[in-house]
Amino acid sequence: MGRQIYEAIADGILDGGVYALMAVGLTLIFGVLDIINIAQGILVVLGAYLSYVLSVHLHIDLFVGLLITVPAMFVIGVAIQWLFIRPLRGRDRASMSLLAAYAVALIIEGLLYRVFGPNYVVLTASYVTSSVHLFGFYLPDIYLYGFALAVACVAALYLLLYRTRFGRSVRATMQDQMAARLIGINVNRVAAVTFGIGVAVTAVGGMMFGATSGGFNPNSGYDLISRLLAIIILGGLGSIGGALAAAVFMTTAEALVDIWSPDWAVVVFYVALVLVLAIRPSGLFGRAPARAQ
Amino acid sequence: MRSNRARLLSLSAAAILAASVAAGCSSSSSGTGPNAKPPILIGASLSLTGDFSTDGQAYERGYDLWAHDVNASGGLLGRKVKLVILNDNSSPTQVDTNYTDLITVHHVDLTFGPFSSLLTAPAAEVAHRYGYAFVEGAGGAALVFSEKLPNVFDVSLPVANELDPLVDWIKSMPASQRPATAAYPMADDPFATPQVQRAQSQLEPLGIKTKYSKVFPEEVPDYAPNADLVAATGAQMVVLGSTDVPTVASFMKAFEQQHYNPKIFIAAAGPDQGGAFTSAVGTGNANGMMVPDAWYPGYPNASSQAMVKEYVAKYGGTASDVNADVAEAYSVGQVTAEAVKATGGTTGSKIISYLHSGVILASVQGPVKFNSLGENVKAIAFVFQWQDGKFVQVLPAAATGSVAIINPKPAWSG
Repeated sequence: MGRQIYEAIADGILDGGVYALMAVGLTLIFGVLDIINIAQGILVVLGAYLSYVLSVHLHIDLFVGLLITVPAMFVIGVAIQWLFIRPLRGRDRASMSLLAAYAVALIIEGLLYRVFGPNYVVLTASYVTSSVHLFGFYLPDIYLYGFALAVACVAALYLLLYRTRFGRSVRATMQDQMAARLIGINVNRVAAVTFGIGVAVTAVGGMMFGATSGGFNPNSGYDLISRLLAIIILGGLGSIGGALAAAVFMTTAEALVDIWSPDWAVVVFYVALVLVLAIRPSGLFGRAPARAQ
Repeated sequence: MRSNRARLLSLSAAAILAASVAAGCSSSSSGTGPNAKPPILIGASLSLTGDFSTDGQAYERGYDLWAHDVNASGGLLGRKVKLVILNDNSSPTQVDTNYTDLITVHHVDLTFGPFSSLLTAPAAEVAHRYGYAFVEGAGGAALVFSEKLPNVFDVSLPVANELDPLVDWIKSMPASQRPATAAYPMADDPFATPQVQRAQSQLEPLGIKTKYSKVFPEEVPDYAPNADLVAATGAQMVVLGSTDVPTVASFMKAFEQQHYNPKIFIAAAGPDQGGAFTSAVGTGNANGMMVPDAWYPGYPNASSQAMVKEYVAKYGGTASDVNADVAEAYSVGQVTAEAVKATGGTTGSKIISYLHSGVILASVQGPVKFNSLGENVKAIAFVFQWQDGKFVQVLPAAATGSVAIINPKPAWSG
C-alpha cells in the first residue's frame, strides 16, 4: 500500500504539470480581460492538432514543433480577441463574451471535424512511451518533460508580468482598466497581446495533452473545460502560480483516491474545491481585494 | 467586481447548457433523389459529436451504405428510402428529444437505433410510446432489455455474453498454462461493466486470482493513475471494460511506460474500431490485442464482403479499417427491410409481430432471430485479435474462419 501511495503522489504531481500547462492561459486571460474563455478546451485540442500535423506530415519533433505552434497560436489568440472579444462593449460585455467564446469553440470544433474527422489521433514520439527508473518507480519521460515545461512556463510568465514594461501594463490593466487608460496604457493592445499569450501557452498544453492522452478528436475539449475552470478557481482566478498549485493538488488528490475507489476520485477534487472556497472565496492564491479596488 | 464574477460563473454554466442543447438540435439528412412515390422516411438519432462520435459517424456510414444499396435496387415496396438523421451529441437526454421530434415533427415511417446501450434504452421507450418497432444494433446491454419493451430488436450480439469465448478458451487450457492472476478495470458503462464482471465471475472459479477489480468513471480525462495501479499488480491477464479507443490506448500507453506487458490483454471495445484503433496505438502495439465481437471485416459472408468492398471503395482505406459499427448499422437496415417487405408496409405493430414470430433473417453479421426480449439468439460471440496489422478471428478456436491465437501477447513495439 505504501508503494501505491508514493506512486500515486508521483503520478499526481507529474500529471499536474500537464493540467497546469492547459490552465495557465485560461487564468491569464481571465486576469486581464475579466472573461472566462470557455473556448480554452477546444484551444487545447487545436494546439494538439497543430503538433499532430507538424509531427505526422512534416516529421517535426513534438518539442521542436512548439517553436512553430506557439507563435501560430499567439496569432490565433490575437485574432480571436480582435474579432470576437474586442467589439463587445457595455454592461453585458461579460456575459456576451461567454457566448462569443462559445461561438469560437464551435467554429474551431467544426473546422477540426471538417479537416480531421471524428477518429481519434495521438501524438507519438519515442519519449511518449519511455520512462526512467527512479527510486523503484517508472516515471514516464513525457510527464517529466511536461512538468519541467510547466514550471518553466509559469516562471517565464512571472518574469514577463513582474520584470518587464509590458508586464507592468498588464498588471495595471488587471487592477483597473480605467486608471490604466488614464496613465497612457493602450489597454486594447494589452488585452490583445495577453489573449495571444494565453492562447500561445495553450499550444504547449495542447501538445502535452495530445502526447499523454489515449487519443483526442475534435470533441475532446468538452471533457477538459470543467476541470480547467475548477483548477483556476481553486488556484485563484488570475493567479498563474495558483493554477500550477491547484492542478498538482487536483491530480494528486485524484490519484490517491484512485487507489481505493476510482469512482470517488473525481468527486474528491470538487469537494476540496467547495471546502477551500468556503474558507477562502478568492481561491488559494487569488487576489480579489486588490482587483476589487 | 465580486458580483460580476459570480454572474460570470453562473452565466458560463448557463451558456454551456444552452449551447449543448443547441448542438444537440443540429441535424443532417441524407436522401435520394425525387421519386414518383413519396420516400419511406427512416429516422435515427446518432452521436455525430460528443463522446461516441467515432462510433456515431461509423453508424451513419453504415446506414448510408444500406440506404444507398436499397435505393440502387429499387427501394422498399417500390419506394425509395430516405434517412433523417439527427445529432444527439452522445447525450441520453437529447436522444429522447430527437426520437420524439423524428416521430412527431418529421413524421418518419420507421426508426433505426442510436449508438450505445446508454442511448438505446431511453430511445426505445420513446419509440414504444408511439408504437414504432425499434430495430437497433448497439443496444445489447441488459439495461436495454430490462424494461421488456416488445418493440426492441437488437440485431447484434447480447453484450453480457461477449467474453464467453475467452472464458471457454482459458477453461480449455491445462491448469498449468492458464494465467494465474487477472485484473479487471472497468468503465462505469452498461455495455462494459456487465460483461467484464461476468467474465470475472467465471474465471475466478478456475483458480485465476483477481488482483484488481474496480469500476472507474467513464468520463475520466486521464486514465494513467488507474492503469498504473493495474500495472503495479503485475497481473498476467487484463480484461478491460472499455467503451472506446482512448480508454484502451491510455491503458496501453501507461502499461508500456511501466514496462508491464500482460500475457493476455482483451478490451471490451476499442480494438474493434479498425483504423481508428491502429492509428491511435500503432500497428506494432496493436499486435496481440484482443476484443470480443460478432463481426469482423473478413467475416465469411457474401453480403458482408460486398459491404466491406463497397465501404472501402467509397471511403478508402483497407478492409481492416472498417469499423464493426458499420456492419451493425447495415444489419439494422437489412432486418428492417425484410420486415417491411414481409408485412407489406411500415406499420409498427405488424413489424413487431413479424420480428417476434421466430423468423430467421439474414444480415451482414450473420443470421438474426429474436427471443421475446428482442435479443438476437442466433448471434455468435467471437474474439478477434490484431495480428501483424490484420484483424482476425481467433476464438472459438474451432469456429470457421478462426486462425491460431497469438499467446502470449508480444511485447510492446510501437
